[in-house]
Amino acid sequence: MNRKTIIPIGPYHPLQEEPEFFELEMEGEKVIDINVHIGYNHRSIEKIAESKTFDQMVFLVERICGICSTSHPIANCNAVEDLARIEIPERARYIRSIVGELERLHSHLLWAGLAGHFIGYNTLWMWIWKYREPILEIFEAVTGNRNHYAMMIPGGVRRDIKEEDIPFLSKGLDEAERKIDMVTKAVLDDPVLAARLKGVGILSREDAINYCAVGPTARASGIPIDVRRDDPYAAYDLVDWKIITQEEGDVFAKVVVRLLECFESIKIIRQCLKMLRTVKGEIAAKVKEIPPGEGIGHHEAPRGEVFHYVRSDGSNMPVRLKVRAPTYVNLPTCKATVPGESVADAAIILAAIDPCYCCTERIVTINKRTGQRELNGQDLLRLSRKKTEKICKNMGRRNV
Amino acid sequence: MAANIFYFIVFPGFLFTAVVGLLVSWVDRKITARIQWRVGPPWYQNFVDFFKLLGKETIVPRGAGRIGFLFAPLMGLIGVTLVSLILWQMNLNPNRSFMGDVIVLIYLSILPALAIIIGGSSSANPLGAIGASREMKLILADELPFIMAIFTPLVKIGSLKVGSIITYQLNHGMMFTHHLSSVIALVVAFLCMQAKLTLVPFDIPEAEQEIMAGPYIEYSGPLLALFKLTRAMMLFAMPVFLITIFLGGMQFNGWASGWSVVKYLVILILIILLKNTNPRLRIDQALKFFWLRMFPLSCIGFVLALLGL
Repeated sequence: MNRKTIIPIGPYHPLQEEPEFFELEMEGEKVIDINVHIGYNHRSIEKIAESKTFDQMVFLVERICGICSTSHPIANCNAVEDLARIEIPERARYIRSIVGELERLHSHLLWAGLAGHFIGYNTLWMWIWKYREPILEIFEAVTGNRNHYAMMIPGGVRRDIKEEDIPFLSKGLDEAERKIDMVTKAVLDDPVLAARLKGVGILSREDAINYCAVGPTARASGIPIDVRRDDPYAAYDLVDWKIITQEEGDVFAKVVVRLLECFESIKIIRQCLKMLRTVKGEIAAKVKEIPPGEGIGHHEAPRGEVFHYVRSDGSNMPVRLKVRAPTYVNLPTCKATVPGESVADAAIILAAIDPCYCCTERIVTINKRTGQRELNGQDLLRLSRKKTEKICKNMGRRNV
Repeated sequence: MAANIFYFIVFPGFLFTAVVGLLVSWVDRKITARIQWRVGPPWYQNFVDFFKLLGKETIVPRGAGRIGFLFAPLMGLIGVTLVSLILWQMNLNPNRSFMGDVIVLIYLSILPALAIIIGGSSSANPLGAIGASREMKLILADELPFIMAIFTPLVKIGSLKVGSIITYQLNHGMMFTHHLSSVIALVVAFLCMQAKLTLVPFDIPEAEQEIMAGPYIEYSGPLLALFKLTRAMMLFAMPVFLITIFLGGMQFNGWASGWSVVKYLVILILIILLKNTNPRLRIDQALKFFWLRMFPLSCIGFVLALLGL
């Protein structure tokens, strides 16, 4: 019997918390091809950014993603600073690195927990998420929020890390490091986990280059790319750390890369905290006006390079903002990794790139006959209002 | 006749097994929750879930095989009820045993798995079909070592009656503590039981994150409630099966009743710990595990039993 079946993963599926649709073409339990459909959750952030000032835009792009919520602001500030040729104070550079690395810690732990859940290891999931808690508490103490820290502004950071907060931070880090160490050892030594993850979904070095993979996905295939080192910003060229790579390219290698990166992050934060004691001064440079021109900025988000492009016409609002999120480049690698595996493995392989779809979503409607774009921002707004009106009408209520 | 109906419906058949089954499933949920730093549900949660599902609408998907879809849950339920009924009758009075009742028990204990296969494949859902095919592969994998393991102590005492093995153990002590062959067989049977209960690491047929509960995907309302109840009852009946064969059975006079409960709880807690310290295997890994590891092991136990160890 050689009949082709389609197994859907998504748009609503326990595997993916966000609406995504993977079409697995199956032969029995084997996947022979995979098609990815995105675009279920369009929020037109890039369009909205054009009606915000440069200061407001940072907080808008923070809402692109809930998990790596400081990646987009850092990249965006880098872009604006590149555009306006702003030098940020040294203290702000260290604070930016601290926030960025704390975020990497909590994001990698979140992923490791979810990965456990995806292969049915719920105990691992719950334990790791419990160990992620101290890091969120550090965030709450330092920035005021567990998530969406609102720390970045063009020219520096909004809040200082106070001298008296540093001991609390170091203590929290020590605790987190002990826990992460325990988890790492447990995960790397578990024979059943190894049986489940080793040799599964191999992304070869060539494929990783061809698909332009970034971040831990690429580093697990032996490509040492990292924006923090390749184009340093914040304080990454002032501290000592190393890039973690693995050669295998399978799911297990991705786990190893992420877990070991946690220790590098802790190392970076420790050094930055130490420097904060000596480097005093302003935390933000004064930004008077943004000249016309264009700027680019990027940041090594937990999932890979996030890239922002900003163009200004000299007013207080950007003319164009363009975002390239890491998942958008990593997602197509599933074309290389999933076919040939079983549906059981497809789940964890898809999860292994640490997909973050709300960063990835974008929509372009093209008229097939003319090849013209059909919808612009106004159209989307109109459609959205029409839908609200329809819902109100169905509820038997006048539009309010 | 009236007595038999009472046995089947109230004690030790359906009602008794169902109530105890839902209670031990709560123990499972609670311990799992405590292991995972969670609080866990109150003791009546499973009963509430069950009665809530009874009040929900039953949806039969378009294109589903109606008869198979509707009768599969009932079939599983009857199977596990009969297993529990026979086991408890034997344990309470070993003289009621009949020739070859072990074979009957083994057959009946496959019924819930067959129900899942029938229900999954008649649900007209590709994920249900995948789940059904996985369940099929899983019983092919685990039944062979399971049957070998169950027969090992029976070969040792040379009888096919559950009653005679209980009596033998009452007179000579547990099979598990006195015979090497039974130690091996119990280990094999325990791991096979984990697969028969479809718990992690062998919950492959209903892997939530892969195929969204597989065979159960289209079930709703009372039919889903019956499936859930069947699972809960299996969690009670299957360990009792192992205790009966390997660990001296369940006696209820004086101190022995406490001992019986302890034996059951130890097995239950081992199941829960195994479930919570492992990820899910792939179906091919499970097949390899049962055929290449468990089957030779059970053969060794069997041969040892033939040699009289």
